[in-house]
Amino acid sequence: MTATPLLDVQGLTRRFGGLVAVDNLDLSVQAGEIVGLLGPNGSGKTTALNLISGALKPDTGSIALRGGAIAGLAPHKIARLGVARTFQLVRVLGSLTVHENVLAGLAFGTRNDWGPRAEASAEDLLQRVGLGGRGAVMTSELTYIDQKRLELARALALRPELLLLDEWLAGLNPTELLQGIELVRSLRSEGIAVLMVEHVMDAIRSLCDRCVVMNAGKRIALGTPTEVLSDPEVVRAYLGDSDA
Amino acid sequence: MMLSLPVKLIGTAALVALLACVPMVADGYRLSLAISLLNYTVLATAWALFSGPTRYVSLATVAFFGIGVYTVAVLGEVLAWPLVLLIALGLGMFVALIVGLATLRLSGVYFVIFTFGLAELVRQLVTWFEVNITRTLGRYVFLDVTTDQIYWQLLGLTVLVFVAGILIRRSRLGLALRVIGDDETVARHIGINTTAAKVALFVLSASFMTLCGAIMAPRWSYIDPAIAFNPVTSFQVLIMALLGGVHRLYGPLLGVVPLTLLFEFLLANFPNHFSILIGIAFMLIVYAIPQGIAGLLEKLTKRKGAAS
Repeated sequence: MTATPLLDVQGLTRRFGGLVAVDNLDLSVQAGEIVGLLGPNGSGKTTALNLISGALKPDTGSIALRGGAIAGLAPHKIARLGVARTFQLVRVLGSLTVHENVLAGLAFGTRNDWGPRAEASAEDLLQRVGLGGRGAVMTSELTYIDQKRLELARALALRPELLLLDEWLAGLNPTELLQGIELVRSLRSEGIAVLMVEHVMDAIRSLCDRCVVMNAGKRIALGTPTEVLSDPEVVRAYLGDSDA
Repeated sequence: MMLSLPVKLIGTAALVALLACVPMVADGYRLSLAISLLNYTVLATAWALFSGPTRYVSLATVAFFGIGVYTVAVLGEVLAWPLVLLIALGLGMFVALIVGLATLRLSGVYFVIFTFGLAELVRQLVTWFEVNITRTLGRYVFLDVTTDQIYWQLLGLTVLVFVAGILIRRSRLGLALRVIGDDETVARHIGINTTAAKVALFVLSASFMTLCGAIMAPRWSYIDPAIAFNPVTSFQVLIMALLGGVHRLYGPLLGVVPLTLLFEFLLANFPNHFSILIGIAFMLIVYAIPQGIAGLLEKLTKRKGAAS
């Protein structure tokens, strides 16, 4: 292989009691690449993201960011190293304004932006996700889709190199979905790598360079979207045995 | 409402100067009432500095207040006054740092109970030490500090606590605490070291409480652990801050003024029913104005603005 991958996960394992949620997972993301993380419900995708972002600590296995070990670090340290995320159930800061939500991302992320420059950057980011001019609105008054946009703006405010999206495109209507796909694609042109847990197949096909498919905590397939989606084992994981 | 900065500064300076003249005109009773008001203003504002944004309800106010009082009781006659204040401050910050690191991982009701237990623990430790080591329970404090001087020191401390509040609100730390209050998981994932932020503010809040206790100590000529670490103080401060509203810096002040006057009135007229009347007041406040007076005022002005 060529250069060190941006993210390199080896033998990652996490148990909850008797359940092995993530079982010996290998996964890598190159700089500027969009990688899909697929699998049926309960296959360990969100747990894998939680292990990478530091929300959970792995039992065994290694996670390297640009070659440096990050497994088991506190989430705020991982965030400052350039890993930002969104959450499966959207989490915006309800008592802050839209503008302040983004400021919070700018202030503590990789660059520690604060003051007039941060104010301008925040407005730029809001513009970018389609919330331009709505900075003064209270976050609690936003619609679901706008909360998702805001969550993305807050994650981008960290100026990450790697963005973890946990079903960020779920629950959008067809028009919003097209906008969302364009938005994620535009991240690649900025050199931001994306690891996305997603169920929306249109999005996966049009965005992902490679996909990793998980089932019961294990990686069962790896390849381009077309390859993995026609893989018999993947089909079996989603739909069960055809000749049962 | 939007006054320019110089106007605000001059206005504040004039107000402070005016308040500084109180000892020259007030009689003994009024001055002691003014001291009481300032005492609770410092305590409730310091309490809300930490508990307002983080929503961690602390009942440890009197632990730090009492540490201040007792430092003066023990060292007041031995060392110079500024040095005594400095030692009290150091002790209060040290205890707050240890307690903060140990407990701010707790959340919700566990933190409340722990802080209440902490105040009792410190009281029992001091009692044990006095009974077994120094063989004195209770100390007489005869210091050369006049009532006027106590008032002025408290006024200075009040100004400091408000300045600290304004600076924090404008700082990254202030934003970090509001994020933590909303969603601690998000806070961690956008790069906030939540433990450090909470401990820093807890220590700051505790240092104001400790200094307040130290300054107030000469008010009593006799001090024992039951007086210095009276748990009612923690509850009173909590009620005042909640009544006023903890989301604004001036909020607690709006609770301090009516409640200090109410407590004064109840103590003077119903000394035997004081506790139960306080209890009723507490329940009514939490039930009727959960957002505090500051929140109520904002709602009213907003409604007015919408109607016109």
